[in-house]
Amino acid sequence: MNFIKNIFENTKPYVQKGAKYHWLHSVHDGFFTLFFVQKNTSKSGTHIHDYIDLKRTMGMVVLALVPAILMGMYNTGYQHFKAIGELASTGFFEIFLFGLLKVLPIIIVSYGVGLGIEFVFAQIRGHEIQEGFLVSGMLIPLVMPVETPLWMIAVATAFAVVIGKEVFGGTGMNIWNPALVARAFLFFAYPAQMSGIKVWVAGSQATDAITCATPLGDAASGVISYTASDAFFGLVPGSIGETSTLAILIGAVLLIVTGIGSWRIMLSTIAGGAVMGLILNAFAGSASLSEANQVFFAIPFWHHLILGGFMFGAIFMATDPVSGSQTVSGKWIYGFLIGILAVLIRVVNPAYPEGMMLAILLMNTFAPLIDHYVVQGHIKKRLKRATVSGRTA
Amino acid sequence: MSEVIRLKKGLNIKLKGSAEKVLEKLPVPATVALKPTDFPGLTPKLSVKAEAIVKAGDALFYDKYHPEIVFTAPVGGKVVSINRGERRKILEVVIETDKDAGSASFKKADPNTLSGEEVKEQILKSGLWPFIKKRPYGVIASPDQKPLSIYISTFDTAPLAPDYNFVIAGQLETFQTGVNALAKLTEGKVYLGVNANSAFTGVKNVEINTFEGPHPAGNVGVQIANTQPLNKGEVVWTLTVQDVLLIGRLFETGNVDFSRIVALTGSEVSAPKYYQTVVGAPVASLVQERLVEANYHLRIISGNVLTGKKVGPQQYFGFYDSQITVIPEGDEYEFMGWASPGFDKFSASKAFLGKLFPKKEYTLNANLHGGERAFVMSGQYEKLVPIDILPVHLLKAILVNDIDKMEQLGIYEVIEEDLALCEYACTSKVEVQKILRDGINVMIKELG
Repeated sequence: MNFIKNIFENTKPYVQKGAKYHWLHSVHDGFFTLFFVQKNTSKSGTHIHDYIDLKRTMGMVVLALVPAILMGMYNTGYQHFKAIGELASTGFFEIFLFGLLKVLPIIIVSYGVGLGIEFVFAQIRGHEIQEGFLVSGMLIPLVMPVETPLWMIAVATAFAVVIGKEVFGGTGMNIWNPALVARAFLFFAYPAQMSGIKVWVAGSQATDAITCATPLGDAASGVISYTASDAFFGLVPGSIGETSTLAILIGAVLLIVTGIGSWRIMLSTIAGGAVMGLILNAFAGSASLSEANQVFFAIPFWHHLILGGFMFGAIFMATDPVSGSQTVSGKWIYGFLIGILAVLIRVVNPAYPEGMMLAILLMNTFAPLIDHYVVQGHIKKRLKRATVSGRTA
Repeated sequence: MSEVIRLKKGLNIKLKGSAEKVLEKLPVPATVALKPTDFPGLTPKLSVKAEAIVKAGDALFYDKYHPEIVFTAPVGGKVVSINRGERRKILEVVIETDKDAGSASFKKADPNTLSGEEVKEQILKSGLWPFIKKRPYGVIASPDQKPLSIYISTFDTAPLAPDYNFVIAGQLETFQTGVNALAKLTEGKVYLGVNANSAFTGVKNVEINTFEGPHPAGNVGVQIANTQPLNKGEVVWTLTVQDVLLIGRLFETGNVDFSRIVALTGSEVSAPKYYQTVVGAPVASLVQERLVEANYHLRIISGNVLTGKKVGPQQYFGFYDSQITVIPEGDEYEFMGWASPGFDKFSASKAFLGKLFPKKEYTLNANLHGGERAFVMSGQYEKLVPIDILPVHLLKAILVNDIDKMEQLGIYEVIEEDLALCEYACTSKVEVQKILRDGINVMIKELG
């Protein structure tokens, strides 16, 4: 290890301010800090510091995403071979390999473009490279349909990093979850390519696949095309990482055990979704609904939790500590409203049978407002305490 | 006895090297120094010149804005040097001790027979006043203010902190005298914060509150906030156990006696235990030949690892401290440190496998373990502060210099030590204590 350390230490003078390769400073620093925790020690305040840092935190989130990634890869292959009718004759590894080869380029493009921009911004702004994109770069591929062209991934990632994050000042300052900004950008900029029934299954353009729409898409048109167990294990068409509720829950356990993801937000989002599902169920028989809507309204409330991007959003997106609510009671309200809105948008809006993305972006926007009122409530409580006490100095 | 107040929030950091309950008396050190820098916000004015001969209890310098607050020589001898820093700021007044120099004498009297004014005058003249701090802000109390009450915490929950139940052994009567003196200074009560199995439960003339819970349950600020939280305009005074002992001794003997028991602790101390020395003793007199042989750098801290000051062996021990901690400096690179499983890593978070061994004691060094970032994680600080405030929002109010918000969010209730754990645990390595002190300084400047 000394060998690598020496390379970094010996090249350090060349990237200092004023030196010839100063433009490489951020890259040098980024990789040096990635490989080695630096030798900087405490200068003010506490003499000891926790071993946790943003790299560890973000690394943990990526680790929690691994089950969803692997399952997403497998399902990509699974859906492909199912669509071309060769599922029975294809082995497990072949299925997985197909998915791997399909998904890996998307991940590489996302990280390549995103980190590239981060390096440039860090260099121009003169700050250290921040770790936020380690997670965003993995979330972006996971919320995309597998047939999204790579150039679109690149454009969306660039948009997300620049407009979603860097214009606000980088990691910790952004208003919206960058990965969802990328997804929303594609959704609104390229609606033709990003919805419909042809993007969800790899290779389905080339085939005359019978059913390649997502279960939610089908449900919106009044057809129930899934079984609950397929939706839970993740063997239905959908964005790469969102299909397997099981894999996502494994990640959720890791996030909750390590304390990195907010269990309050996860729980309240799920509760919100379930409550809205029940409300819709209550109206399912209404005669004023179209036939298709009656079917969609009537699906059991808990199916909303395992279908589409609901669980992925609840576990990995809503819990983003930067764009989410930051106060304890704020988190409950924020999560609950995400759940409500996600299912409401999903079922009631006529154009797009998924609501998680928009629900989270909307609540990201309102999170500071929620926190503001929580803080005001806290201040009021303090003021009241002061008047009640009535002690005089 | 009142009911037990159980605090849930907080964290005990388990370090190696807690002091064995053995007391060794050290000889009076050759030099002793008083450092104006130990008193935040003080503008010192010298009362002596270099080469002057002083008795113990003679004034060395005083507060420019409160000339009645004097800082006196802890021991008799000759003022050998007045060390100054940038812009001639006084850093140290060093005295070469002389056993025959004697001690200034004060009234020997039972404080119960004295009036509040007499008690105050005696404490002021003897130079013990600076031990009385006030809340808000944690600075030296103003003699012209009347405190609502006086708070004394009789236990310290900070890492490796001295056990006052041990320190007090044989001195309970002196403590009682000190408490009686303090009771004269307030129209309210003297509150004693004690823990379970406390040696202090027999103290009279006080109201006792029992606290249970992890650090910072022993912080006086936490104890105030959980009994009678401070509101705007309210002032209380606070002292530590050894400060009360000094005041007790003053009234019992009529002499100033600045001797103090110090716990020498930390993973790099070969035999951690208690030593009796005086306020302002040189660090070397405590640590020399008592540290382990190490081929790495060491950090000597006057105080505990959360709130103490880094000192060199040539420097002097802090005025308010009862503890020295020595830990490895940790100025070394660690390969892929952030990705290791972390069996040997103690963390407030649960992201390291060291969490599986809750009883283990750790050797922690002064490394930052990461780069400084903007606030990212939420909910981290709140778990560590058993006070009804929103720490992150308060810090952000300070960062944007919003005085109204600082007030509304409770800056009166906290000083650095109360939020020190947040700084320890912060993922983004935010300098919490520095920010808070900056905010307090703004409050003092703007509102007095």
